[in-house]
Amino acid sequence: MKCEEVEKGLVAYLDRRANSAERRDVEEHLAGCAACRTRAEEFRKVWSVLEEMPTVEPSFGFDARMRQRVAAEPQRGWFDWFVPQSRLAFSAALLVALTVWIAKLPPSNPGTPGTTTATQQQDFNAIQNLGVLENFDVVTKMDALSDLAPAGAQQPDKSQPNDTTTND
Amino acid sequence: MARSDVQLMLDVKAGDDASFDFLLQKYRSPLVNFLYRMVRDTATAEDLAQEVFLRVYRARKQYSPSAKFTTWLFRIATNLALNSVRDNRYQRMGISLDAPADGEDSAPRELPAREMRIDEHMIERDRTEVIRRAIASLPEKQRAAVLLHKYEEMDYGEIAGILDCSEGALKSLLFRAYETLRVQLAPLVAQPVAHRAGEGRPS
Ligand SMILES: [Zn+2]
Repeated sequence: MKCEEVEKGLVAYLDRRANSAERRDVEEHLAGCAACRTRAEEFRKVWSVLEEMPTVEPSFGFDARMRQRVAAEPQRGWFDWFVPQSRLAFSAALLVALTVWIAKLPPSNPGTPGTTTATQQQDFNAIQNLGVLENFDVVTKMDALSDLAPAGAQQPDKSQPNDTTTND
Repeated sequence: MARSDVQLMLDVKAGDDASFDFLLQKYRSPLVNFLYRMVRDTATAEDLAQEVFLRVYRARKQYSPSAKFTTWLFRIATNLALNSVRDNRYQRMGISLDAPADGEDSAPRELPAREMRIDEHMIERDRTEVIRRAIASLPEKQRAAVLLHKYEEMDYGEIAGILDCSEGALKSLLFRAYETLRVQLAPLVAQPVAHRAGEGRPS
């Protein structure tokens, strides 16, 4: 092995990640080459000098700024509202809202037309809000479940070999 | 039980922003430090770190755990840092943007050699500054390789994945980087911290 060839193996040798064959090659060369021995020693010293470098902390407002930016991101595209589960949930919520509304409709006794309209308008507003809230909640949960399903099929706890592989 | 990064990211994908916050807490400091050492400016480093997290968040719907989460994270960070350094150099030195994108051989060194000289009055802060400048003097790709190898302690496969090169190329890259640092840091190596304690400085 020549000095130039040590180039590929020296760092891995020094940080103990070389395999046994690589290690043997480097060791053989170092035994007979003073220049590379010196280089190897100095590499080690350089590494310990590099460890003197202090770490910096993110500034105080970093997290707040980050959360703000994340919150400003559009959450769910309109497209998501039309996947089957969401539509089902939406229909269910609408049905509930409608039922409540009908149940609360004033009996068909004559009243002051103005008052009735105002009451109905009030009810309608309340139901609209109710509908949106319920609908949002249900849809979010349903979506979460549907997204989780494929992940669950992969058994996330056990099948994490992906976690250690790299895309070389 | 602690969830893996991949699981956290799958939870983010499923709409759980709290899991994103978890990843943010876990990686904000490593990322900011990595980026700071790449670009040597804290404000820029933080801006870039935010950009990295934002890109991760925006890509959540398309996320699939094909690679290690950190490989993905640092790959985004490295690319942003390299772009930032190149843009910055272009602005400062008026270098053509058509210069080799790799920046490996023809990249101008960021610092003139004179700044690397150390005198006897060197104090702790200066020592750190010398290290910082020595790292900054490396061509960008070598710099990123050293930071990921030495400070993030990643294995060769992962670093190669981040830098988009073979493991063999990475080992050469690291060798050349440490060769440069060996020269740049020789004064510090010759004068270890412990020996400087009472070095004739008035107390
Ligand atoms: Zn040799």
